[in-house]
Amino acid sequence: MSGYGKPGSGIGARLLRKEDARHLHGRATFVGDIALPGLMEIAFLRSPLAHARIKSIRVPPALRENVYTAVELGGVKPMQANNSIPGFKSSDYPILATGKVRFAGEPVALCLGASRALAEDRCQALALDLEELPPVVDALAARRSGAALVHEAWGDNLFLVTSTDTRFDELSGQADVVVKRQYKLARQCMVPMEGKGALAYWDDRADQLVVYTSTQVPHIIRTGLSLCLGLDQGKIRVIAPDVGGGFGFKCILQPEEVAVAFLALTRRHPVRWTEDRREHLVAAANAREHHYDVTAYADRRGRLLALDAEITVDVGAYSVWPFSAGLEAAQAGGNLPGPYAFDGYRCKTYSVATNKPPFTPYRGVARPGVCFAIELTMDAIARAVGREPKEVRRENLVPASAMPYNNVTKKHYDSGDFAKSLDLAAEKIGLAAVRARQKGAEPDGRLIGIGFSTYTEQTAHGTKVFAAWGIPLVPGYEQAAVRLTPDGGLEVRVGVQSHGQGMETTLAQIAHEILGIDPADIKVVHGDTALTPYSTGTYASRSIVMAGGAVSRSCQTLAERIKRIAAHLLQCRAEEVHFVRGEVHGPRGHVTVREVAHVWYLRPENLPEEVDPGGLEATVGYKPKVDSGAFSYATHAAVVAVDPEIGSVEILDYVIVEDCGTLVNPMVVEGQTYGGTAQGIGTALYEEMAYDGAGQPLASTLADYLLPGAAEVPRLRMFHMETPSPYTEHGIKGVGEGGAIAPPGAIVNAINDAIRHLGAELGDIPVTPRRLIEALMKAQAGAARGAGK
Amino acid sequence: MKPAPFDYVAAASLEEAVAALAAAEGEARVLAGGQTLGPMLNMRLAMPSRLVDVGRIASLKRIGESGTKLVIGSGVTHAMLEDRSDPSPTVRLMCQVASTIAYRAVRTRGTIGGSLAHADPAADWITALMLLEAELTILGPPGRRTVPMRDFMRGAFATALGPADVLEAIALVKLSPKARWGYCKLARKSGEFADALGAVVLDPARALARIVVGALGGAPLSLPVLAERVAREGSGAATFENAREAVATAAPGLDAVDLQLHSAAVRRAILQALAS
Repeated sequence: MSGYGKPGSGIGARLLRKEDARHLHGRATFVGDIALPGLMEIAFLRSPLAHARIKSIRVPPALRENVYTAVELGGVKPMQANNSIPGFKSSDYPILATGKVRFAGEPVALCLGASRALAEDRCQALALDLEELPPVVDALAARRSGAALVHEAWGDNLFLVTSTDTRFDELSGQADVVVKRQYKLARQCMVPMEGKGALAYWDDRADQLVVYTSTQVPHIIRTGLSLCLGLDQGKIRVIAPDVGGGFGFKCILQPEEVAVAFLALTRRHPVRWTEDRREHLVAAANAREHHYDVTAYADRRGRLLALDAEITVDVGAYSVWPFSAGLEAAQAGGNLPGPYAFDGYRCKTYSVATNKPPFTPYRGVARPGVCFAIELTMDAIARAVGREPKEVRRENLVPASAMPYNNVTKKHYDSGDFAKSLDLAAEKIGLAAVRARQKGAEPDGRLIGIGFSTYTEQTAHGTKVFAAWGIPLVPGYEQAAVRLTPDGGLEVRVGVQSHGQGMETTLAQIAHEILGIDPADIKVVHGDTALTPYSTGTYASRSIVMAGGAVSRSCQTLAERIKRIAAHLLQCRAEEVHFVRGEVHGPRGHVTVREVAHVWYLRPENLPEEVDPGGLEATVGYKPKVDSGAFSYATHAAVVAVDPEIGSVEILDYVIVEDCGTLVNPMVVEGQTYGGTAQGIGTALYEEMAYDGAGQPLASTLADYLLPGAAEVPRLRMFHMETPSPYTEHGIKGVGEGGAIAPPGAIVNAINDAIRHLGAELGDIPVTPRRLIEALMKAQAGAARGAGK
Repeated sequence: MKPAPFDYVAAASLEEAVAALAAAEGEARVLAGGQTLGPMLNMRLAMPSRLVDVGRIASLKRIGESGTKLVIGSGVTHAMLEDRSDPSPTVRLMCQVASTIAYRAVRTRGTIGGSLAHADPAADWITALMLLEAELTILGPPGRRTVPMRDFMRGAFATALGPADVLEAIALVKLSPKARWGYCKLARKSGEFADALGAVVLDPARALARIVVGALGGAPLSLPVLAERVAREGSGAATFENAREAVATAAPGLDAVDLQLHSAAVRRAILQALAS
């Protein structure tokens, strides 16, 4: 929808991104681009086994000085990410494996060298003696008593079990139709273009440990390093330089960055670790693996009355700091009802420890899984009652007239018209035409199917929500600092981090909206604990709402001060002046913001007596009026062609109708959504980290771990709706994660629609040719058996 | 780059390359385009003591035609083959095969010889050159020898190349102008290694009818009975059942899904050839 947007450079304008020039010219600075004298590189020796006792690590005497095991890291505390939900079991996440290794790829030792190759040579000279233990690979099996234990002291493998019940028995008893399904999502890696990397050195002049790290959350990393290293936060400066994608992988403290910081602190020379693709695939397959057992209770029309769900999350070996091993299941249980209005809900969640990499919140956090589960269930209900899935879905959606709406899990949906997004998606993709086309046979023998997926995306959820989870991080007020430069430009400092979101542009647009300063003259500074206000950082689709709101508020404060000086210069009262495109107009003339800045900084003798001594610099904190989250939503619709002979799926058409409240920059919203949707297509059709029975990861290169490429992502047709949030500054809602949430639901519903007449249905993703062919073979065998009876 | 240490020899001639390989202590590897070996070195899955770079030997980069034969130097890149505009069936077939290998950046450096020497069962050239009954010229310490494609690949990642042998050229008899061919690659995404390959040539002028099924556990396999039937009966013989029977007989170990995929690839290649 290339035309959508407002004129000018403020909120709503399709402004080109300010940060793109350096990226397009190859002049950005990532951790890997930094050169420092005396820099040593680190290679990690990683466990070749999924579960084993460490008997010994033999280090050749000549290498001792440049090799570290858990013993040499003795003073460093393990990460401990607890969660106050009752029953959560605490565990240490060691920086280097201690006593046992709990997943293949876990760092056991590290070696330094003048180059990575030399460091790798040293790793190869180490002899690791492991006593193999029975691996815990399957989360469902790991729940049962008698399973091998990842953390022996617990007596079971359950980080956390939760259960809720809201009027379930009462409402499920009224159902005419009962639909039972099981769903499974594969384990995934997030695969940002730039892997993780960290570089640290001791700065004697500043008396500080300086840590450059590829992170979304520099201030949080400072807190985490301080806890692990026992070093005051004032002695740590964390800088996130250019970061090549995060997706949640970089919103946690990672053992490798703690190790890098420790080495720089104790050795007093610069050190760096650069994650390579193989390390990422093997040691960081940490997302999406959910299992669902869902029973839906509906009336004869398909109106959902009650839902019963058992959700099992394969959380891996450790609890990540700060989000913990309980966040994913908490999000899953709370978000499964999605955009639907029903009142009976029973849900049990299991967060299961296994011998796999520790689970980390990936773009969408649990919602791609729950959206997939509820959307497939919605289609299954429609089939059970013999109605068009789009119509059944529509009747179950929370109606616009009910907004704001508290759903069955007490999520407070602030605004929106879900049904309108569904109707528009059906119209744009041509539901009726697809249904007509399905009546005839395709000349190439393929089968056509159509699928929809509607979701809500809780964005910028704040204090109350995180406090209820009781994890080590609870976001409060978000602050922004703005400062007029002596020549009338603006510096904006925010504690969030932009790593692809385009915030150097969108935050400048918000500042422009208030002050009228040309975005080209607005510099957004982020990603540095020394230069920016404290922030918990960029995650949970929060930055444009929180930092955007804070920028707006601080610019408003600055505007008042500018007006007072301008009024003095114009010899009128402050109430008589107003902003017009970077100028302040009074009854008898105007001054530019630049002239105001000039007077404040260089000609203070011309200032009035009663001027605000705070000057042309302001830091203001912001939180939405209701901070339980601004809910964005969208409907995705897909038309696919399934080739039943070779199990292939081609996406013929894909429509997105999204509503993220006020659009700050439609082009940035579109970019975020395209990228997320590509990842969702990966979840639906391609990406899978499989493990063998010994817990060995079966993909170690991008030839085995398939990502959708340019040829696999179709042209996405996108349409916008704008329902401003009543609670946030400018009505803005977050949009960072949404694209990744809906595709598996829309695509697999379309596949199931295409193969429905063959009696086949899929619930495991990704839908590989093998899974598709096996489902068709199974249906065929079932039909043959049926015919034989 | 972070490979284990190795010693590097840039060979100026094929003879020099053979000598450098023969003189290596421990395992030496030939470096051509480096599109497979490069990552393997980086991941330390390959740790040769010596790399003998044949990338500067000009003679390996030639494509020559002599009478009925086409001779392709082992250092010819996939891109060079993809870009040929000659309308003859042999060249069109090779152009089609080359264009499905990885993506253009890889094709610009990766070589046909490197692909054959690596002998990944799912790689395209292994199957395509089996189809075209190529003969490979190999230079080793005792001298030059010729090995037909069917004897070259001995299993997954195993070939007739000895530790000091270098693949010099690939020679094949050109198809006649009216020859028909089909090549079906089933892969999960564009440019990936194949899950199943079917390749067909029907060249009545040379009394040639060949069908090859590839991307198996080992070397590709010829399906002569099916080929003969297709040559004789045309599209009537190109049923899925016939393809499945031929594949199941030739490759009895395939599971149901792999059998279906390989049968489909073979059948689709046959239909392509018949339609061309």
